[in-house]
Amino acid sequence: MVTLASRSRTPQGSARKPKLINGAPAPNPAVRVLKGIVLLICCAAVAIPFVGVISTSLADQEQITQAGGYVLWPERPSLDAYEAIFRGGVVTRATLVSIGVTLVGSLLSMAVVALLAYSLSRPGSFAHRPLLMLVLVTMLFNAGMIPNYLLIKQLGLIDSWWALILPPAVSAFQVIIVRAFFMEVPREIVDAARIDGAGELQILTRIMLPLSKAVLAVVGLFQAVAYWSAFFNALLYINSTDKWPLQLVLRSYVVDNTAIGTDLPGEIVPPQQSLQMAILVVSLVPICLLYPFLQKHFAKGVVVGAVKG
Amino acid sequence: MRTTMMRRLRRDWFLLMLGLPGLLLVVLFHYVPLAGNVIAFKDYRPYLTIWEAPWVGFDNFRVIYDGDPAFLNALTNTLIISLIQIVVVFPIPIALAVLLNSLLSEKIKRVVQSVLYLPHFMSWVIVVALFQQMLGNAGLYNTWARAHEFPILHLIGNADLFLPLITSQAIWKDVGWGTIIFLAAISRVDTELFEAVAVDGGGRLRQLWHVTLPAIRSVVVLLLILRLGDVLTVGFEQIILQQAAVGQDASEVLDTYVYNRGIIDGNFGLAAAVGLVKGAIGLALVLIANKIAHLFGERGIYSRW
Repeated sequence: MVTLASRSRTPQGSARKPKLINGAPAPNPAVRVLKGIVLLICCAAVAIPFVGVISTSLADQEQITQAGGYVLWPERPSLDAYEAIFRGGVVTRATLVSIGVTLVGSLLSMAVVALLAYSLSRPGSFAHRPLLMLVLVTMLFNAGMIPNYLLIKQLGLIDSWWALILPPAVSAFQVIIVRAFFMEVPREIVDAARIDGAGELQILTRIMLPLSKAVLAVVGLFQAVAYWSAFFNALLYINSTDKWPLQLVLRSYVVDNTAIGTDLPGEIVPPQQSLQMAILVVSLVPICLLYPFLQKHFAKGVVVGAVKG
Repeated sequence: MRTTMMRRLRRDWFLLMLGLPGLLLVVLFHYVPLAGNVIAFKDYRPYLTIWEAPWVGFDNFRVIYDGDPAFLNALTNTLIISLIQIVVVFPIPIALAVLLNSLLSEKIKRVVQSVLYLPHFMSWVIVVALFQQMLGNAGLYNTWARAHEFPILHLIGNADLFLPLITSQAIWKDVGWGTIIFLAAISRVDTELFEAVAVDGGGRLRQLWHVTLPAIRSVVVLLLILRLGDVLTVGFEQIILQQAAVGQDASEVLDTYVYNRGIIDGNFGLAAAVGLVKGAIGLALVLIANKIAHLFGERGIYSRW
């Protein structure tokens, strides 16, 4: 039997004889409460750290001292911590570096991936199979940390932001996804364009790219997140602190707790915790801004990748 | 034959030109480093080029077959962490996907998913920082506990608790994201199958056993295969960030060993040798596992073309 509570949540029209919801008998209330609790705990485990971090970054000196270091809700929110870290010191510079690397990297990556995917999207073209294999096989192996490091060194890219931008720019996975979209464009459209005198470049820019905006957005967003989050390449290749991206600053100031405030001029230095939390928030902001767009597309992208790969 | 090749080249040269930048990047950053692995057989010195360095044969591999204790420690830690990830971490997204799929309200399901996916997009630096700020000795919980006379928990920087710590970080970061692929597999199931079970008098558990789990079987096999290829690769960024706090005994894995020996100590030949063996074993494992998958009639990561 179905209880009253579950009936109210049952979509209309499913009032057939064996009570089925998504093809399953209605669950009993105890199970539903248990599920609710499990999901609530899961969500809280993710949400509480964010709330704590944002609140502490916004809290004022008095409240933080009173609470002993951290607050879950700022009583008198202030932006002092943000003012302090953006007064032109290490954090300001690192934020600009990260923004620059992310923008240049993801735009370059999108362009190169789209071009490569287009060039590999026509079966029967010159050396189509060997070139496709050349790209696909890279998914199976990784040359290793030391040879990669030595390559960057030989190229003279140590301490250059290009060392962060170029190596991850093209991955076989992205090429496969974009290529799959290009190949779904009906041949007739392409042939018609060619008869009208369109060259490769026109077919790419007038037909392929407009039709695959969504997938390009996915690739661009994923690359943007990857560039923004890149920590290890920066650790390996960027030695001078004045070229550090934000992730390295975050590590040394927040994870390793290296004294902050030394390069922050000014009389009032906000509490250590709120400075640290402010840096953490700055590194979170772009992800959270991109997240709604990512979410719209990612499930599709991942599934397409899994099926076509 | 030759002339048709030439004709195709003449026809397609511009198409090839478009792909050239991408191909160059792929070759430069994926294939050229492969050749760089020759330094595993050389005595590399920073002031020599790779080609000038003298050959030393398999000397650099001695640390592996002589069973250097530091290397064995790294190998053991790697395998333990990998085992934990397969046995403990791997099944959780499956369970969570089944749970999410059983939710009746689409809206609640979407909200929960949005929240649980988010940590996947955070870098390890952020995740480690968040854990420290929440659970560290001077973190949110312990600050609160001190004020309210609750027990203090020394969770961070404690070598004995390093494995549970990195395991829970891995769960926190990626379990939500891990559900995506299972949810996709479940959603492809024909609902009539569920109804058939229900009509035959089967409850939710029978549906789970006879419909849901078989439906995601091939995805599970696929992911296990991919995971197997990574048995010797475990959370490098995550561990290197926290290594200073717990020491190398508890936290050294093969990747950190290669990093510490090579980049930090400058022993490039030895580090490259360890990395090369690691990569070769990983590749072999993927190929073997894929073969096994084919024997069991699964698609595997790639089918024979």
